[in-house]
Amino acid sequence: MRMRMILGMFLCLPATMGVAGDRVYQTPEAFVDEAFHGVPPAASALWLQPQLRTELGDILGHKPALRVRYWGAGSRTAWIFDEIGKTHPITTGVVVNTGAIEDIRVLVFRESRGWEVKHPFFTDQFHDVRLADNQKSDRHLLDRQIDGITGATFSVRSMKRVARAALFLHAHTQTSAGSLAQAR
Amino acid sequence: MRRTQFLLLLTLGLIMRSVGAAEVTLDEIWELLQAQQTQITALTEALARTTTRLDATTNELVENTRAAAITRQHVAATADYLDDIQTGGGDSKTSLGGYGELHYSRLDADDSARDLTEVDFHRFVMMFGHEFSERVRFFSEFEIEHSLVKDTDDGSNGGEVEIEQAFIEFDLNENHYARAGLFLLPVGILNETHEPPTFYGVERNDVENIIIPSTWWEAGVGTGGRYDNGLSWDFALHSGLAMPTSGSSAFRIRSGRQKVAHASANDLAYTLRVKYTGIPGVELSGSYQHQQDPSQLGNDGLDEGNLLSIHGIWQRGPLTLRALWAQWRFEGSAVAAADVDKQTGWYIEPSVKFRVAQNEWGIYTRYEDLDGARTRDRFEQWELGLNYWPSDNVVLKVDYRNREHAESIDGGRDFKAFDLGLGYHF
Repeated sequence: MRMRMILGMFLCLPATMGVAGDRVYQTPEAFVDEAFHGVPPAASALWLQPQLRTELGDILGHKPALRVRYWGAGSRTAWIFDEIGKTHPITTGVVVNTGAIEDIRVLVFRESRGWEVKHPFFTDQFHDVRLADNQKSDRHLLDRQIDGITGATFSVRSMKRVARAALFLHAHTQTSAGSLAQAR
Repeated sequence: MRRTQFLLLLTLGLIMRSVGAAEVTLDEIWELLQAQQTQITALTEALARTTTRLDATTNELVENTRAAAITRQHVAATADYLDDIQTGGGDSKTSLGGYGELHYSRLDADDSARDLTEVDFHRFVMMFGHEFSERVRFFSEFEIEHSLVKDTDDGSNGGEVEIEQAFIEFDLNENHYARAGLFLLPVGILNETHEPPTFYGVERNDVENIIIPSTWWEAGVGTGGRYDNGLSWDFALHSGLAMPTSGSSAFRIRSGRQKVAHASANDLAYTLRVKYTGIPGVELSGSYQHQQDPSQLGNDGLDEGNLLSIHGIWQRGPLTLRALWAQWRFEGSAVAAADVDKQTGWYIEPSVKFRVAQNEWGIYTRYEDLDGARTRDRFEQWELGLNYWPSDNVVLKVDYRNREHAESIDGGRDFKAFDLGLGYHF
């Protein structure tokens, strides 16, 4: 009986894999398009000066790239990050508006566990989150607690790092041109 | 031109006579006009030179602008190349990770012959993964326990080298998956998530060691679903336990793990889990496992085994509360005669996290109550401890344990222990 169950499950596998859909929940292009209501600006590149790169590295826990690509119009910016959860990168999109998170979304999820972070019941916690205004801390922490998910500890941490990074970088796109170099 | 200048001079002379101005000679006026003409000529020539220079500068500016655009392209390409080097190729499909833990324990037992002071690198784990496509991926976990494995006749050296995970996972659609291979069973809290920075206590809790024999993996096939409302389910058909029915480990659940090493597959088992995580900070889960013959042998007085495990986790801000209950029920004359046909364990663990000097600390306490197969596995234990995370993925631990056994025969095993631990994950 059990061997028949095993055989049955294996035989059903190819048929079910033909159904549309996988862990690419939304393409980065579609995310940016939605963030700017169908009229996305051209991509910009925020070049990371040494100090900026150091601070961003402290947030992400690793040395970042030389520049970070983003899309910006007025007080709204959109960012796409690929940050490791437990063992695989999670592609996350973040929209920041006037210094607060407007939207955060898992675009591609590759882990075997921690899937909960893609759902609104988790990501809704990030709406209107800002960086804490703490003069004693240079760690750029969020201004509120984000409740975690036990089996998704590493995915949750990845999302929180991404949120911090997006808010941090957004602030630097809003400063004067003398403090950063941008190239389109 | 000369006629014009003469007429102008004449006019000026007449005007000056008529208004009675101081007398200026025509020669003086002529000289003034010539000087002004010289200036005009010089200015005209200077303007022509300036215009020429401006044209040249404009051309240079256009060339520089074009060169700057090319330079920007080169810089961008260089940055892309350097970024790729830093990220190991950017789109690498293969991942590498790991975790490990070092323990120091000082155990003072009521029977001093059972005192123990030791240091042990309990686990060194490497995880490899690969993404074959967006829908098919590989996960694996390779572990060395207790630092060293020696080839002894009776296997008494204590170390282990083992594969804890090696499976392929397939995305069936956005909400469902299937997997095949060697994987961790969906039971309990720690069995699937046990990296040192994720739990309190130097050693894992005893309920999820003795009753749920974590880390517990089997070979088989599985499937499951995850939904927007936070509900999920997992079902697996897999190799089963091969519990001994005689000797000092008779009917001991942990001794039944075959670890997919030439494992008997005469009798398979299946596990079903339902979990709810639809509220941030809350997890409610229940697992059920059935195996028709947990010893893989017939007519030995152990006929059927059923595991039921439920747990809840509540987290709000810095506070967390975990509670788990698990029970095995066995059928069979021999297991009933040994009075171990029901083996139960539960624990409750409140904890609080706080920040000191920008780093995270946590204090916890845990109460466990176990009723296992062996008398030494029937005890109550209080535990109190502290975790310090200098980094998200590194933890230092200290704890104090107080264990009291249920039966007087094991009174000598009662102990108080002090433990230190170092753990990491990457």
